[in-house]
Amino acid sequence: MKTARTHLLVCAGTGCVSCGAFALKDALVAEIARRGIQDEALVVTTGCNGFCERGPILLVHPDGVFYQRLSPADVPLLVEEHLIKGRPVPRLMYVPPEGGLPVPKMADIEFFKHQRLIVLRNRGRIDPEKIEEYIAYDGYEGAAKALERMTPEEIVAEVSAAGLRGRGGAGFPTGRKWDLCRREPGSPKYLICNGDEGDPGAFMDRSVLEADPHAILEGMIIGAKAIGAARGFVYIRDEYPLAVSRIGIALRQAREMGLLGRDILGTGFDFDLEIVRGAGAFVSGEETALIASIEGQRAYPRQRPPYPAQSGLWGRPTVINNVETWANVPSIIRRGAAWFSSLGTETSKGTKIFSLVGKINNTGLVEVPMGIRLRDIVYAIGGGIPKGRDFKAVQIGGPSGGCIPKELLDLPIDYESLTQAGAMMGSGGMIVMDEDTCMVDIALYFLRFTQEESCGKCSPCRIGTRQMAEILARITAGEGSLEDLEKLGTLAATVKRGSLCGLGQTAPNPVLSTLRHFRDEYLAHIVDRVCPAGVCKSLITFTIDPEKCVGCLLCLKACPVHAISGERKKVHVIDPDVCIKCGACLNACPAKVRAVIKRAGDRAGASREGAAAPKDA
Amino acid sequence: MQQRRTAGVAGRGQASPGLRRSTVSAERAAARIVVRKYGGQRRAVIQILQDLQERLRWLAPETLEAVALELKMPPAHVTSVATFYKSFSLAPRGRHICTVCMGTACHVRGGATVLEHFERKLGLRAGQTSPDREVTLERVNCLGACALAPLAVIDGRYHGQMNESKADKVLQPILRAGGPAPDAGSGPEDGEAL
Repeated sequence: MKTARTHLLVCAGTGCVSCGAFALKDALVAEIARRGIQDEALVVTTGCNGFCERGPILLVHPDGVFYQRLSPADVPLLVEEHLIKGRPVPRLMYVPPEGGLPVPKMADIEFFKHQRLIVLRNRGRIDPEKIEEYIAYDGYEGAAKALERMTPEEIVAEVSAAGLRGRGGAGFPTGRKWDLCRREPGSPKYLICNGDEGDPGAFMDRSVLEADPHAILEGMIIGAKAIGAARGFVYIRDEYPLAVSRIGIALRQAREMGLLGRDILGTGFDFDLEIVRGAGAFVSGEETALIASIEGQRAYPRQRPPYPAQSGLWGRPTVINNVETWANVPSIIRRGAAWFSSLGTETSKGTKIFSLVGKINNTGLVEVPMGIRLRDIVYAIGGGIPKGRDFKAVQIGGPSGGCIPKELLDLPIDYESLTQAGAMMGSGGMIVMDEDTCMVDIALYFLRFTQEESCGKCSPCRIGTRQMAEILARITAGEGSLEDLEKLGTLAATVKRGSLCGLGQTAPNPVLSTLRHFRDEYLAHIVDRVCPAGVCKSLITFTIDPEKCVGCLLCLKACPVHAISGERKKVHVIDPDVCIKCGACLNACPAKVRAVIKRAGDRAGASREGAAAPKDA
Repeated sequence: MQQRRTAGVAGRGQASPGLRRSTVSAERAAARIVVRKYGGQRRAVIQILQDLQERLRWLAPETLEAVALELKMPPAHVTSVATFYKSFSLAPRGRHICTVCMGTACHVRGGATVLEHFERKLGLRAGQTSPDREVTLERVNCLGACALAPLAVIDGRYHGQMNESKADKVLQPILRAGGPAPDAGSGPEDGEAL
């Protein structure tokens, strides 16, 4: 391998790629060649750094200097100053949202400082398409240890002692699952990696698949030895093309190196993996449904027990774990159960990856020790809420989860406390909401989602979610009644009790948790016919303040339905019958004019002036 | 989003003169090649349909029938699979695919408004294809690129932080090709294909 004085690590996760990471890489390579320092500075593409908000990202190694939001135009200056003259460029560095000086080092940035990386330990530092780089950072050491020096019993005991629990949502102890399967007499046995990350707002599995595919392969090799499986499947949703491609490359390289296939590492152990692409059905993330999908059937869940560990793929004992769970296994075997279980809380060990998105300054992927307070995630790591708005809630666990309100910000994050608060760990999507997010609208959003994704096998889920969505739609239209709240409660209980699989059993959670913590918002919609957040379109109006309007034509041009009339230097007027309430005029009105007013409430008397959002940059 | 896979077998098969001369339909020929790639395994029916959709842009009834014949399985089974999974299109899709993400992160940042704007701009509802088969507008539950919310994907290129004026810019090349000229000025495309 060539050694260079410095490595330029260009993040090539989906976020950075979509804002031009490859153009940046090409510009770097060209500029470095032009300056004739190609033997000293090496450009490497890495997996996702998690700080997607700031893409494209460049990390200069070994200095640890972090550059962000780069464009090819910045490259000549950067190469000249940093690489040739040795002077980092503050202008291209990260500046905290609250202001202050640029922070040069990645390790000093708040977003990264509080994280604890186990699963994402290789993010941003290795090229995921090169197995050698994974191996250089202790890769496949755990697999070698498991295959050469451990019995299946010892592996299972180690994973059990570590206290690893399923990262896909329910949190079933991984060691116990493996033990169940190991003891089953049937053969052959199978392993499955569940990469059907359907939760909207969660993308940790995509990131792990893209940034460190070999960690998943290594975890599965260890798991295969533990339960005695010779074949495994990596099921990846079709919406993740980069993940599919990277796992494919990893499989090929592992086979070439003798880490997959026959007689792995000369230990006589055979194991191989195959990729199966999902086809866009949320329910196939449910384990029995996923198994049906691999078998080439419709992804219908089925009754459990028997559990897949007893009767899974083609009726054989099958262990199915989530991407993040598998990626935890190599470190546990390599560093031992005691090390792993020293992190976290009594019942939830290790770390968890959360995708921190929505109304938050530092959007991205964070890996934190279990037990961390929600406040630390939102404020210390996430940098708080943009535009100085007020925090309202965090939605955790996607369509199966619930909302955690402001009062519970000091809640320690683990499986039990989240469930108690009416949410759920789920796969770890955290959607931050501010005062401009309507909780009834969010409940409706999730119910429409589950209603659409319900496979239709059992009626409580198929019909119940639809009824609940219709009631919620009525409430957001300002046509709800107090009776509706009761009906929602009854339906929720029925859907929860009467559904076969996790999708239906947890589908009412978004409604139940918002009803529990934000009942006053429901009442505002029903009794006052007001949407306090100013989101529900039937309950808001847009008008132009004639005192403030300067007649600049900006809103008039922005209006997609030509609802605004007026001339230059003359006051503009919105025709409420034509207005579709898209808010384009509000965004178009210059920040120093702020003539467009959004009013919550359909009656003039009940209206509440909504603060005009600053003009979008 | 369209995946570009290098399915070597499928690529070579297209030019096979032997198949072109024979009496089998185009669908049957395509199905035969893809089914062979998966060793004729019935469990691979979902992957087979995916590969075929990639080549043919949609799954016609004839294609489903051909797959059933090649796999020697009931046509009802192939149809049941094709109708269950969302990524299969049983209606013709356009030359350009516009996808608007409806994930939670996109939703709280105004994804619904973006979709409405696309619908107005293209004159299509989500899921529809223009009569000239130029454009298809689709919605997707989540693309896992939540930091870019609200997100739209146009012919495989990701465009983050979408809003009305940005949408006008990215849609302009498509609208210019197929229909009336839009009223917004043109701008550089900021996305990169994955």
